[in-house]
Amino acid sequence: MKREISFSESVKEALEQTLSRDKSVIIMGLGVDDPKGIFGTTLNIHKKYNKNVYDLPTSENSFTGFGLGLAISNFKPVIVHQRVEFSLLSIEQIFNQIAKWNYMSGGKVNVPMVIRLIIGKGWGQGPQHSQSLETIFAHIPGLKVVSPSNANDAKGMLIASIKDPDPVIFFEHRWLHSIKDQVPKKYYLTKINKAKLLRKGRDITIVSFSYALIECLRAVNFLKKLNINCELIDLRCLRPIDKKTITNSVKKTGKVLIVDNGWTTNGVSAEISSIINESINKKIVIRRIGVYNVPIPSTPSLAKYCYPDDVNIIENICKILNKKIIKKNMPKRRKNLDQPDSNFKGPF
Amino acid sequence: MKKFNYIKKLYYKILRIRKIELEISKRYGEQKMRCPVHLSIGQESIPVSICENLKKKDEIVTAHRSHAHYLAKGGNLKKMIAELHGKVTGCALGRGGSMHLIDNLVNVNAAVPIVGSTIPIGVGKAWANKLKKNNNIVVIFFGDGATEEGVFLESLDFAALHNLKVLFVCENNKYSVYSRLNKRQNSNRKIYKIANSIGVKSLKLNNHDLVNVYKKSENIINKIRKNNKPFLLEVDTYRSLEHCGPNDDDGLFYRPKKEIINWKKNCQVEKYENFLLKKKILTKKILLEINKNIFKEINNAFDFSYKSKFPGKEYIYKHVYKKEF
Repeated sequence: MKREISFSESVKEALEQTLSRDKSVIIMGLGVDDPKGIFGTTLNIHKKYNKNVYDLPTSENSFTGFGLGLAISNFKPVIVHQRVEFSLLSIEQIFNQIAKWNYMSGGKVNVPMVIRLIIGKGWGQGPQHSQSLETIFAHIPGLKVVSPSNANDAKGMLIASIKDPDPVIFFEHRWLHSIKDQVPKKYYLTKINKAKLLRKGRDITIVSFSYALIECLRAVNFLKKLNINCELIDLRCLRPIDKKTITNSVKKTGKVLIVDNGWTTNGVSAEISSIINESINKKIVIRRIGVYNVPIPSTPSLAKYCYPDDVNIIENICKILNKKIIKKNMPKRRKNLDQPDSNFKGPF
Repeated sequence: MKKFNYIKKLYYKILRIRKIELEISKRYGEQKMRCPVHLSIGQESIPVSICENLKKKDEIVTAHRSHAHYLAKGGNLKKMIAELHGKVTGCALGRGGSMHLIDNLVNVNAAVPIVGSTIPIGVGKAWANKLKKNNNIVVIFFGDGATEEGVFLESLDFAALHNLKVLFVCENNKYSVYSRLNKRQNSNRKIYKIANSIGVKSLKLNNHDLVNVYKKSENIINKIRKNNKPFLLEVDTYRSLEHCGPNDDDGLFYRPKKEIINWKKNCQVEKYENFLLKKKILTKKILLEINKNIFKEINNAFDFSYKSKFPGKEYIYKHVYKKEF
């Protein structure tokens, strides 16, 4: 049987295997060497690589600048924030400096750097610990933005991101951390500019990414029982977006549901919709769903409505395909939508 | 008279930068330099004196008013003038303009206009030097406005915590654009004292005297190299012209007349020209010769720029990434 490890273990393995080959990698962030080790992803790495792992003061904008200083001095910093929201304090360095240095120096100064951003969800995370925000980073020329949805991609894409000569924003969803997948023990790279066709099907294309993709998988598996065959695409990369994989599929199925991991307004799903409109000259049915366009409230009684789950996805697909929804045939909505699984007992 | 040779050298450098800046000011009206310029006139003595104490491999980062820093560290003049003209022969292929001068050959690493932004980047460079175990020093130039940014305090902390070889240089010209220091900072807030309380030793000079800054910074830089500790030097100075642009803006009356006159009397180019003439280290004739040579060099740089090409459309998408998708 092939080895299975969790997403967080695979992130850690990617960091360790990179460090064993490349001493210029510097892992830095608040708490990288603490007893929890960023949800296990950096746990105890400092014990073997104490010259490559640095706990930092709570100075996000500055330490992102320190990282830039390292990156232009032959080091490869890997910064991590336990929640995306903390990186907002460093947007100045990321957007004005890191993203632009290669261009504004006429190609003289490139910035090899990875910033890991972890998205929270559920268990009352509330308005400032549960935002996706991929779209604001993906908006900026000069940045590369990736968002793997499984442990296998996480390892290969993190290694590729660290090896890349440009700045890469590496999104991780907290709810993916415990999900296991087959991950080779060896050191390998996965491209950071390609989407992945996860399921083949002829009836409809579903495009999604990050944790939203897990809900799509649940929906696709259920719909198969109803003889509805969905083609499922994992975007994986948000800048660049792999237009070809999307349009090839949509040309075939003629219908697409985009399931956004974040808010739909001005979001990734809006971009995918435009790409399809601009590149295909026949009528395509395009629908999108995503997170409700509100700050996510803490209480589970309201938060549960905010995210699309498998049932929403199934309902939307049936609607697009004009299939009658027979209530008793539908899967039951999961009980505790504020937990990734019953093993998760908080606190964050 | 050999003992005054270093003053002659400093004088020549400050004179050259002054003449370059004056020429930019003079020609700005031709509308060929189509980017904002923040001229260093009045403030050149600080970068000249400090860079004179640096080695080529030592690094500097700076901000929007950066012409003097770039030139004092040995940045290429032709490439700077071409950059101001947006030409492909510019130091950043015309992408940066006056506010993004860079010359890696002499370790002018960065200049950016977002206030305070290069402070942490310079500290990151100093951190890299520590990890590489080399003996290079990083000098970070910034103004009084930058000390109001969070990154200033955060960077001091990190430099002290990790014993980094970095010299923070605050050129205090008392104005952030038109806003005077006393409208922005409590009168008990002393920049050099802030550094001290965070754990970075510091010194305040109330005047930008060319020779004094040179001597003091020589001592400081030696100490940084020897003790592996950061240091902050705050120097009072004054810009002669408007915040941004080729003219003076004394007609806006945001700076007291007396203050302007006092600092004009404190011109470091005039002061050391008189000094060297008086000591007979320079004669009027030699001075004339020096000026002629500088003028020739500047003219050549402008001619180089005028003859250079603009980057063509094929350059637009170049270098957004090092490795395209």
